[in-house]
Amino acid sequence: MKILVPVKRVLDYTIKARAKADGSGVELAGLKMSLNPFDEIALEAAIRLKEVGQATEVVALSCGDAMVQEGLRTALALGADRALWVSSTEELQPLSVAKLLHAVVLREIPTLVICGKQAIDDDANQTGQMLAALLNWGQATNAAEIQVGEGRVDVVRETDGGTETLRLILPAVITTDLRLNEPRYATLPNIMKARKKPIETLTPEELGVTVEPRLKTLRVQEPPQRPAGVKVDSIATLLARLKNEAKVI
Amino acid sequence: MENRILLVAELGPDGHLKSSLRSLLTAAKFLKGDIDVLVWGGDTTSAVVEAQHLPGIRQVLNGSGPTLADGLAEMLCALVRPLARQYTHILTAATTIGKNWMPRLAALEDVAMVSDIVGVESSDTFIRPIYAGSIWATVCCPEPLKLMTVRTTAFPGTEGEGRDPVPVENLPCPAALLQSTRIAVQAHVQEGRPSLENARVVVSGGRGLGSAEHYEALLGPLADELNAALGASRAAVDLGYASNDVQVGQTGKVVAPDLYIAIGISGAIQHLAGMQTSRVIVAINKDPDAPIFAVADYGLVGDLNVLVPELTAALRK
Ligand SMILES: Cc1cc2nc3c(=O)[nH]c(=O)nc-3n(C[C@H](O)[C@H](O)[C@H](O)COP(=O)(O)OP(=O)(O)OC[C@H]3O[C@@H](n4cnc5c(N)ncnc54)[C@H](O)[C@@H]3O)c2cc1C
Ligand SMILES: Cc1cc2nc3c(=O)[nH]c(=O)nc-3n(C[C@H](O)[C@H](O)[C@H](O)COP(=O)(O)OP(=O)(O)OC[C@H]3O[C@@H](n4cnc5c(N)ncnc54)[C@H](O)[C@@H]3O)c2cc1C
Repeated sequence: MKILVPVKRVLDYTIKARAKADGSGVELAGLKMSLNPFDEIALEAAIRLKEVGQATEVVALSCGDAMVQEGLRTALALGADRALWVSSTEELQPLSVAKLLHAVVLREIPTLVICGKQAIDDDANQTGQMLAALLNWGQATNAAEIQVGEGRVDVVRETDGGTETLRLILPAVITTDLRLNEPRYATLPNIMKARKKPIETLTPEELGVTVEPRLKTLRVQEPPQRPAGVKVDSIATLLARLKNEAKVI
Repeated sequence: MENRILLVAELGPDGHLKSSLRSLLTAAKFLKGDIDVLVWGGDTTSAVVEAQHLPGIRQVLNGSGPTLADGLAEMLCALVRPLARQYTHILTAATTIGKNWMPRLAALEDVAMVSDIVGVESSDTFIRPIYAGSIWATVCCPEPLKLMTVRTTAFPGTEGEGRDPVPVENLPCPAALLQSTRIAVQAHVQEGRPSLENARVVVSGGRGLGSAEHYEALLGPLADELNAALGASRAAVDLGYASNDVQVGQTGKVVAPDLYIAIGISGAIQHLAGMQTSRVIVAINKDPDAPIFAVADYGLVGDLNVLVPELTAALRK
């Protein structure tokens, strides 16, 4: 069983994003970028399936400009067998990414695609579901547990009301939630080895996909800030202010 | 051109309409046009009647049957897709159900979709948070069919009832698909407490609680005193203090109660993303520099093991 894991390089989760002064975009220059945390979880899930002999190959894939190769190097260092880079300098919106992934799936014929449930920059939470639609495959989003069986996969997914278990006929698309696993760290020797591994390059043209941003971001801005609050010195004061000032109790 | 808007409702486990539909109505009013409501589920009997009495809608569409009971994305797409192009806008709440099926429909219809809107500027321009809510993007969607999930906490529910019940159209229940089936459900219910989505007060606990026993023993009585729902940070959920469905934040639920009390929560941006539009925020934390104090209207510095029981006792009086 081959597993394809699409990975995205995003602003590191510890950094608070700022809007550029002119509102044209988000300030990214010189800031630390990392693999999307949900994609690290997806990779970890795929690598573990390989370690227990249920998967034969883990292929990482990233779409974007030359910088996304950094993310692919991380994926290789973590244990992906191969890396594919779909090179594009266009703004890649989820529908475009899904179309690129779709074209790659038709070439690679994986049995399972494991995506992150959302990328923590654009927070769209769309790509995996769109890919499943284009492939007409079953989907299980927000996976907290994955059990591969004969011709099928059982996925425990986190929902607003608790959890539920879906049984999908393979091939299928899964997106990961936070509690699926705790990703490993790449070791230094593996990071060094990953530097030398080849990254296969593809273009949207080769894949026969037209990349067109359909949504237009008119401006970005920081949301209204809450006015600074106060520290109170006792429970009695707190309750008095909640009653008389804030009028919430 | 007059807009034609479809709101896709969700039912609670009790078979009644979720109040989120009234927030969708508010969002839809900004779009101006005819509003239809689609109700779906295994048994929609009471929800359809409730929907018929919503104010300002044109008709109710009813998709009821066994294949819709589980809310699978594949089935919801099969239900909505035949109608989709009759509409200019389809809105649903940004829940784990809505976020699951709507992108799938978008790809099937080859349209881009807009996730998690918090504002409507015009019938094609919307505001949505990105980067854990640190940034708001104003996005123009020129698609002839606009698909959107709505952050319902950003739109106060439309109140009231319509004068006469609106007509109902029954839709064919889609045939079963083999791709996916639901084989088990583990519902988590907070016995006797309001749900996180609807509670007026939320008491939320973090790693500072120290153990699952403390989480229950300290926060339970406080929540009961305030008729509050319990929430948690990711750390508290990961550590097993609380169930996954009460995680508040970027990747959990977004809540905006009248009062949010954060206890032993540091205030990471991913957590703030889920609660910073609450009307009043109270934080209890032993670290005076914890970032949660930057968003708290009232902060109390000290040991939660002392302060929380004291607060509960004071409320009891
Ligand atoms: C103002 C603004 C300007 C932007 N400008 C640009 C720009 O110039 N260039 C640009 O590339 N983006 C740009 N973006 C970001 C871009 O629009 C989104 O990040 C992109 O559409 C994907 O959405 P998402 O990551 O939220 O997808 P989600 O649906 O949240 O992603 C889910 C999963 O899909 C997979 N995935 C997503 N993207 C990729 C990818 N590229 N490669 C492989 N797998 C992937 C991953 O597994 C990920 O976990 C911009 C965003 C904004 C708000
Ligand atoms: C991709 C991603 C998504 C995430 N999504 C979410 C999300 O949706 N929701 C979320 O909450 N987090 C999320 N996180 C995690 C987030 O970054 C923080 O790690 C998390 O919120 C921390 O939880 P905490 O505040 O409970 O724990 P900590 O940060 O460890 O804070 C514990 C606090 O308790 C205080 N404390 C300890 N003992 C006491 C005491 N006796 N009395 C009083 N105070 C005490 C400490 O001073 C400290 O401030 C996400 C992270 C990533 C990478």
